[in-house]
Amino acid sequence: MHISILFPAIINGLLMGAIYALIALGLTLVYGVLHIINFAHGTLLTAALFAAFFLHKLFGIDPYLAVFILVPAFFVLGYGLQRFVIGPASHGNDANILLVTLGLAVVIENLLLYAFRADTRTIDVKYAFDVVSFAGMFLSVPRLAGFAGAVVVALLLWLLLTRTDTGKAIRAVAKEKLGAQLSGIDVAHIYAVTFGLGAACVAIAACLLIPTYYVNPNVGNAFVLIAFTTVVLGGMGSIPGALMGGLFVGVVESLSGLYLGESLGQIGIFVMFILVLLLRPSGLLGERA
Amino acid sequence: MSRAGFLPIVAAVVALACIPFLTNSNAVLNFLVTALLLTLAGQGWNVLGGYGGQYSFGHAAFFGTGAYVTAILQVRYGFNAWPAFGIGIVAGTAVGSVIGVLTFRSGLRGSYFALVTLAFAEVLRIIASVSPITGAGVGTLIKLDLGARALQFQSRAAFYWFVLALVAIALVITKLIEQSRFGAWLVAVRENEDAARALGVDATRVKLGAMTISAAMTAAAGCFYAQYFLFLDAAIAYGPWISVEALLAPIIGGAGTVFGPLLGALMVKTLGEAAKHVTGDVPGLDLVLYGVVLILVVGFAPRGVAGVIERCRAWLTPPAKLAREAAHD
Repeated sequence: MHISILFPAIINGLLMGAIYALIALGLTLVYGVLHIINFAHGTLLTAALFAAFFLHKLFGIDPYLAVFILVPAFFVLGYGLQRFVIGPASHGNDANILLVTLGLAVVIENLLLYAFRADTRTIDVKYAFDVVSFAGMFLSVPRLAGFAGAVVVALLLWLLLTRTDTGKAIRAVAKEKLGAQLSGIDVAHIYAVTFGLGAACVAIAACLLIPTYYVNPNVGNAFVLIAFTTVVLGGMGSIPGALMGGLFVGVVESLSGLYLGESLGQIGIFVMFILVLLLRPSGLLGERA
Repeated sequence: MSRAGFLPIVAAVVALACIPFLTNSNAVLNFLVTALLLTLAGQGWNVLGGYGGQYSFGHAAFFGTGAYVTAILQVRYGFNAWPAFGIGIVAGTAVGSVIGVLTFRSGLRGSYFALVTLAFAEVLRIIASVSPITGAGVGTLIKLDLGARALQFQSRAAFYWFVLALVAIALVITKLIEQSRFGAWLVAVRENEDAARALGVDATRVKLGAMTISAAMTAAAGCFYAQYFLFLDAAIAYGPWISVEALLAPIIGGAGTVFGPLLGALMVKTLGEAAKHVTGDVPGLDLVLYGVVLILVVGFAPRGVAGVIERCRAWLTPPAKLAREAAHD
């Protein structure tokens, strides 16, 4: 294939991959601390996309400004879900957590389906089709903004984890739950904070995504496995890993779309997910006991 | 092996078999057929998930393969429905074994197993939604050809007895597993895989066996779906709905019990019908209810309805009698 098609495809893959990385950041954080797979992560993204959509449609709030409303809102939502639903209902059992988050995913997705039907919605903002020319390619401005946003969020998250007391507590709980509890850390609170941070990451991703993307009640499903692939590729619980994994997945998706066509292109992600898990399981399960 | 253990199965199946003599309402029979269809799919999930502790989120892979093979062999290759039905089960079982070999050999457990099974089901769904042999977006329609030869019945009652027979077989197989050494190994793997391995249980083989039986049951449900509704598309056959309902039924009814999937399927379908009565045919609300019930059951009745019944029984029975029973065991 000619380089003039290949190269832009790779760049576009990287730009989309940054959004994947952002979604995966939330997931990897929750996994790293709570050691659970949050199955409702994708539907939280769907909910955030709907929220960004309606904030724009009903109140004319620009998606990039909606970040400042949705991030606190989703932090609180995530905090509440972990503290009052997932935590109490799962009795600390891994299999139960899986089922409870699956139940949450089913509830959220179908509430959205019930409320808004299966229609696909898009917003139109003035800058949706703005492009800048770079090295002979035309790059979408909103996608570039998404890329920059993802990098900034990753940096902020890293600072939060390494430079604040809350961050220290989160890392302590991730390392040794019992020890953290004995030193006076409120583990249930830290769990919920972490979950809230994960949901907040999803809210940012939704705001960055909506100008160039669409929303319908199932849209999050596609992102669930992408986010898991990313997290698994990058190493469970690792923030730089999630970033690199996201970019890689974006490129793979873009290239498989190029070679296999639009609808079969989705398979690339799933096949990669399966292969990664089948061929490199030791690194994934190593620290779990 | 105790023969008395099979008495409840015989009683339940005979009681269910009598229902068409009491009513010939198509609505009632249709409801029961879909509930038994779900029982069959859920019993498959139960063997692997309930007894073996391997939670699959992708039983649609087996359901859909069974359904598609049954339909495509008839529509495109002129097979008779009966052999097509049998080959459908074999094909679904084969898919189960392949996925089982790949995942269990790689040592995938817990959440990873759930996710990989989901990914396999999604890959199959995408392939089915674009490949010409499944009719892609149009779907596959089995020609209406009423008569026992074509495994299509004019009366709902005949369909009902047919699926009841399949459910009866699944119940007996599950009971046999429960009473066998294989079943004990399976439960040991569920409770603590490493300990089971240390005691010499070949956990990979045990899980693989459970996955194969599990896939066969769920595939049979898919084959029956094709014959009963005569229409398939990718979202029906490989859609996430069946993966969710197949795990919902046993978990609500009581995972790891013989009758759990049957109890759960009846409850799930009753709930679905109730939701439809309240809201009309608006999509989504029944699944919202399912999700809420799933969370509530996991939160408050982790052993499902069967567990609740057992707890009530223990609560109602005088302690002296319980002690006597315990001594008998």
